[in-house]
This record gives sequence, structure tokens and C-alpha cells, in this order.
Amino acid sequence: MIEQYIPVFIVIIVAVIFAVATVVMSKLMGPQRPNSEKESTYESGLKPIGTTNERVSIKYYLVAMLFIVFDLEVIFVYPWAVQFKKLYSQIGISIFFSMLVFLVVLELGFLYVYKKGGFKWD
Amino acid sequence: MNEFYYIIPFIILAAGILISLVIEMYFTSSEKILPWFSILTFLASGFSALFLVNNVKVVFENMLMSGGNVNFFIFIFNLGAALVTLLSIDYIKKYHTYYGEYYILLMSSVLGMSLMAGAKDLIVIFMGLEIMSVCFYALAGINRNKLKANEASLKYFLLGSFATGFLVYGMALVYGSMQNTSLEYLFLNFTKFNTNILFLAGLLFILFGLSFKIAAFPFHMWVPDVYQGSATTVSALMSTGGKAAAFSAIIVSFASVLTVVNTNVFAPYFGAIAVFSMLFGSIVAIAQTDIKRMMAYSSIAHAGYMTIGLASGNSYGVSGIIFYLAAYTFMNIGAFGIISIVEGKNDTNLTIKSYAGLANKKPILAGLLAIIMFSLAGLPPFAGFFGKYYIFIAAVKAKLTWLAIVGVISSAISVYFYIRIIVLMYFKESEEDFVIENSNTGLLSVIIAVLFVILLGIAPNSVINLISYFAK
Amino acid sequence: MTIPIEYYLILSGFMFLTGVVGVLTRRNAIVVFMSIELMLNSADLTFVAFSSYLGNSIGQVFVFFVMTVAAAEAAVGLAIIIAVFRNKKTVNIDEINILKW
Repeated sequence: MIEQYIPVFIVIIVAVIFAVATVVMSKLMGPQRPNSEKESTYESGLKPIGTTNERVSIKYYLVAMLFIVFDLEVIFVYPWAVQFKKLYSQIGISIFFSMLVFLVVLELGFLYVYKKGGFKWD
Repeated sequence: MNEFYYIIPFIILAAGILISLVIEMYFTSSEKILPWFSILTFLASGFSALFLVNNVKVVFENMLMSGGNVNFFIFIFNLGAALVTLLSIDYIKKYHTYYGEYYILLMSSVLGMSLMAGAKDLIVIFMGLEIMSVCFYALAGINRNKLKANEASLKYFLLGSFATGFLVYGMALVYGSMQNTSLEYLFLNFTKFNTNILFLAGLLFILFGLSFKIAAFPFHMWVPDVYQGSATTVSALMSTGGKAAAFSAIIVSFASVLTVVNTNVFAPYFGAIAVFSMLFGSIVAIAQTDIKRMMAYSSIAHAGYMTIGLASGNSYGVSGIIFYLAAYTFMNIGAFGIISIVEGKNDTNLTIKSYAGLANKKPILAGLLAIIMFSLAGLPPFAGFFGKYYIFIAAVKAKLTWLAIVGVISSAISVYFYIRIIVLMYFKESEEDFVIENSNTGLLSVIIAVLFVILLGIAPNSVINLISYFAK
Repeated sequence: MTIPIEYYLILSGFMFLTGVVGVLTRRNAIVVFMSIELMLNSADLTFVAFSSYLGNSIGQVFVFFVMTVAAAEAAVGLAIIIAVFRNKKTVNIDEINILKW
């Protein structure tokens, strides 16, 4: 069964050789005349200001956290939607209301975050 | 649809959580409404559980069990949480940090505990445990401007989710080896998988995860720090409700080894953690100067006593654990309640020395604390004595007399640091001069807890009969 | 032909071990937290592998719940870490030591 992976290994080997070769060859063959202009950080022709390690504002984390939580709930909706017709014929309308309850609870949480100012951007 | 009738306690609690979210959103005076509303919800949920106690039934495709022991557990959780809420009303004012989320998280954690108690499937145990733990992580650090609280919640979170990782991996192994996650299936086919290494390893991993939550010996590192750093009322709920929920989860998932039918393959493990927790907790507690840390180590020791019931692996052990948990819930809520009343602003008056001369300053508080300390030390005629008594009887019946003897030795050691506080209160003069603020609701809550301690001590038979009737 | 179940189990076992070692050796709270997530993901992988091997879907359902819980835990955990950072200006768990370990 390992034989089936031979093409994959070949691709990996070729990719590594190509990547290493390009970097090494350009170093070896290209002319090298460094000066201070060339060595400085490229900032679209402007003078570079400050460090590159800018601390990211906390607001992004807040939004990211809320995104994770509300985004993941959709994994419960997908299987439900895919199987809805089958389940509807088996169980009846209660399958619809069970998801409705889930979404109402979720939306209440969303509303809570909104009312508490979780989405304010200043 | 009739199945919903059996889970009314859960529905009341869930509806209460949602309604209190709405209250917190739309009412500016939610600080006055929410505590009373949540107490109402806890009582409604608790007493509906007691009302439905005879309807033993497994609902929702073998997912959840209702009635009997489960409802007894739910009643204890709700009553405990109601007492904690009563304590919190004045405690929160001390720190000037009111967050409406506090009560909502408290209710959600109780919902998680109830789910753990009623679990009939590994998924439900996992969900219940996580609902409870995530709420506790947030509750531990609810006082977010206090560095100690931050640190406590960070430690609790990191170590707690580390334990969760073990739990989930164990569940995956158990699922792989028995092709099912139903606890009923595990119970019926335990002998079939008894020799399967994957299965036993999975169960052991689950046990690691749950041992963390009950604060047993090798997994106890978080307990003192978290109890000390987080708000006293939160520690009260964590040490009682959290522990009780984890024990109920162990009882349901290891029910197969806790009957006389199967040999208790985990008896050596349970016995070892029982011995180490008891001795370690009792001995290290002696050296503590901070009263919350002392209570934390005593909590480790109590986890050890309860684990003896698991090691003995018979129905006496199980009903003994349930009785012990009920007794321990009221004792510890009472103890932490008094600590929270005596505690001053900014973490003052939390050393053991602060209790010197309390009998002169606050005779009622001192008397209540004395009863609780006697009960925690296991002296008759209080609830703690009968809790230990039933557990030790179960150990003797399982021919584990040596374990009972170690338990007695450890309680003898623990008498020292419990009685030390009583001696300080009654026979020493106060060194520091501080004023203890009156808290009527807090005092009410402590009095109710002490009444339960005395009731369980005077009439233990009625309760133990009730429990063993359902433990079958 | 399919990949045998053992390979998945070995991989997930390694992932789990990596997570455990990461938790025990790393000192940055965020990295420790990432190691914990790795442990949860290795459990997910085990569930899915068993689920497809045994041909029943319980494992996949379980994975949904584990993922949701991991997300909720991540949200609460990051919030806690941010709260610590605001007060202490560090997330190194060796320096967070007012309470004795």
C-alpha cells in the first residue's frame, strides 16, 4: 500500500529540490553589491517608522472570540438541514421546533452581547 | 412529548437562565431583581425535582435519567446554589463589583451539574461537565480587577481544560472499544470488555479527568490556589456542587464496578487516591495560616473519605457517598458562608488569627461556626459524623477494614485543625481590631445550612433509607 | 484501499502526547492553551477514525459537541488570559505566582 504514495513522495522531493535550488542558485550566480538603501526595510518608498511588532488592538480579539462562538453553532444546523426531509417524515413538525428552540437560545445570547456593547467599535 | 414532563427541573433552570439574561439586558436595577429571581428558580427547580423523585425513567433515547438518586442530587445542587446566592448578595457589595453575569453563570453551572447527575451517556457527562467547568472558570475570575482572582481563574482554566483533554481522549478510547457511548451498554457489557486494554485505559483516562474535578490527591494542585483566589462564595459552590457533580458522574459511569456482580477492578486505584488524599489533605491543612487554604486542603481530605465509598464498591458505599455529599454541601456552604461574612474589604481578615475572640464579638457566628467545625471534624451528633460512619461501614463490609482504619486516623488528625479554630474563637483574645459588617441574608443562609447539618445528624436514618431505596 | 485504523490511532496518540508535553513544558499561557486544544483535537481524530472504522455515527456526533465545547472554552480562556495580561502585563505562567502553586 506504501507504493501508492510514491507519486506524492516524488512531488514532495521535487518541490523541496526546486525551492532550495532557486534560493541557492540566485545567491551563487547573481551579482551582490549591497548598500544601506538596499538593506533598509521596504516601506513603499517611505521612511520606515516604529517597530514591526505592533501590538494588535484588543477589539480584534473580542470580535474573534464572538465569531468563534457564534460561527461554530452552524455545525449543528448543517446536519439538521441535510436530514430535514427524512426526519420530518419520521418525527413530524417537532423536529422543526427543536431547532427553533436552539436558534432562539443562540439569538438570545447574540442579543445579550449586542445590548452589553460587545460589538461597539470605539 | 411526555418525556418533557420528566425533565421539568432542567427546563425550569434553563428557562430561568434565559429569563435572567433578558432581565440583565433590559432592567437597570437588575442587581436587586436577579439574586431573588435566581433563588426562586433554584427553589422551583429543586422542589420540582423532589416532587418528581418517584418517577424513575430514562428519557431521550437513553440519554438522560430522571427520578430517584438523580433528582435527589438535583435537589441538593439547587438548594446549595440558592444558599450561595443568598450569601452573595452582601458579599458582592463588599467588593463593589456587581456583574449581572454572576448569577447567570451560577445558574448555568447548576444546570451543568444537574446534567452530570442525570447522565446516561458519555456525551451528556461531557456536556454537563463542560457547562459546569466553563461557568466556574469565568466565576473564579469574576472579580476581574483583582490580580489574585485573575490568577486563580487562569490556573483553574489551564489545569481544568488539561483534565478535560484526558477525559475526552478516554471517552474516545471507550467508544472505540465498545462501539457505543451509552452508559447502560457499558453497565451491561462490562465483563465482555473487562480484559480489553484499550477499554480499561479509556476508563482510567475518564477517571483522571473526573478525579481532577473531585480534587483528589494527584490532581489536587489547583484546589488551594483557586479556593483562595476566587470569591469566597464561588469557592463555596465549587467545593460542594462541583465535587458532588463529579462524584455523581463517577457513580453513574462506574456503576458496573460499584455493584457486587462485578469485581471492582479499579479498587486499588480508588483505595490509593483515597489514602493519599485523606492523609495529604489532613496533614498539610495543619500548616496553613489562611483559612480559605485550610478549607481547600480539608476539601481534598473529604474527597478522600468519599473515595473510600467508591473503593468499597457496594451499594452501601454509593448511598454513603450520597449522604456524605449532602452533609458536606451544607457543612462547607456554612463554613464558607461564615468566612465570607467575616471577610473584610480587599481580602482582609482571611487568616486563621482573625477568628481569635470571635465569640465575644459575634456570639451567633461563633456558635454556628463551632457547630460546622465539629461536623467537619466528624464528631457526633452532626451530619459529618454519620457521613463518615456510613462510608467506613461500607468499607468494612467490602473487607477493606484497613482503608476504614486509615480514614479514622486521618479524621483524628483533622480534628486538630478544626478544633483549633474553635479554641481560637472561644479562648483567645482578639489581636486585630476590626468590625464585622452585618449581613442578614448571609446569616440566614448560614443558619439554614447549619439547620440541615443538625437535621442530617439527628435523623440520618430517614435520609439514608430514602437514598438506599433509590440506590438499588 | 483504505488506511488502517492503527495509523490514525498512532497519529492521534502522538498528537495527544505532543499536547501533554506542551502543557507540561511550555511557559506561555497561550501556548499551553494551544497544547490543550491539540489534546482535544487528537481526541476528535480518534473519534472520527473509530466512527468510520466501526461504521456508526456516534463518534461524529460526539466530535461536534467536542468542537463546540472547545470553542466555548477558547472564548472563556482567551478572556481570562486577557484579564490577566491587563493586570499583570505578562502571560508567562512562571511569573503569575502570587498564590503559591
